[in-house]
Amino acid sequence: MDSDTVIAAVSIFTAGITIAIGSVGPALGEGRALAQALSAIAQQPDEASTITRTLFVGLAMVESTAIYCFVISMILIFANPFWNHFLQATGS
Amino acid sequence: MNISPDVPLWQWEWIILNRTILFTWLVMAILVIGSWFITRRLTSGPRISRGQNLLEVLVMGLRNQIREVSQQEPGPYMPFVGTLFLFIVVSNILSIVPGYDAPTSSISTTAALATCVFVAVPIYGIAHQGLPGYLKQYIKPSVFMLPFNIIGEFSRTLALAVRLYGNIMSGSVIGAILLGFVPLFVPILMQAFGLLTGMIQAYIFAVLAMVYIASATQNGQGPTEQQDTENTDSDTTSTHTTTS
Repeated sequence: MDSDTVIAAVSIFTAGITIAIGSVGPALGEGRALAQALSAIAQQPDEASTITRTLFVGLAMVESTAIYCFVISMILIFANPFWNHFLQATGS
Repeated sequence: MNISPDVPLWQWEWIILNRTILFTWLVMAILVIGSWFITRRLTSGPRISRGQNLLEVLVMGLRNQIREVSQQEPGPYMPFVGTLFLFIVVSNILSIVPGYDAPTSSISTTAALATCVFVAVPIYGIAHQGLPGYLKQYIKPSVFMLPFNIIGEFSRTLALAVRLYGNIMSGSVIGAILLGFVPLFVPILMQAFGLLTGMIQAYIFAVLAMVYIASATQNGQGPTEQQDTENTDSDTTSTHTTTS
């Protein structure tokens, strides 16, 4: 294998692994938060608006970790700096 | 395959017009011209026009949300937070139009919006409790937390920008990929889901901006906790409406 094949293979593999591992934790956390919010709304329907708003804000906070992983994998596939550098170096 | 709509359309000397700038101006024009036309014929009578009704619903909803989040009167925050919300909502909703790229799917736009929030938080905080009071927040639990508070200031701005960008960009990228090998129906479902995501992200962006501003204006206590022990000697002019 020459080095550009190695770069391509490692980039694609790492992108998949990144989004796979990086979305497990936020998914579990958001599921727990959602379950807690549902039971809280069931107990206190009057507070539904406050609970929903806080839930959304919290979900956004948790979600951002998964989005970091997503952005990293997108960069690896579509805007890989090493890839561009290598293409420039070989002049192809 | 582009993951950003920052592709140049037209170039004259050193001025580059790319798709992001074009659609940003389009969204701004829609907001400004629409508001201008609707506010020409405002009435307080029993029969109001549809546009006035829409704007009234929007303004009242925004004011109520700001009041609930910040526990203060929404007056000074309404222009900033409301503009953020409306701009993001319109630019996300228009993404169902073919050929349109949401400006928010470019990291440039979201970074600019997050920078606006980053600048607005100290301005509101200093205007509300003066420079010493605002700076005291950075050593709030103890002086050892100073570097972490400063890092948090930057990291939450980065998170604001990347969250909005990642959500909207992922929607458009997934739609484009699906269009490649699935006929008709699945991309439509993804677009509908993207509409929902866009609305939620706009709401979250505005609410988080409001939460950051409110925490900067409330003597370092969060908008949801109400410790009346420290609040009595604060020289805040706002009326804290406790909803307990």
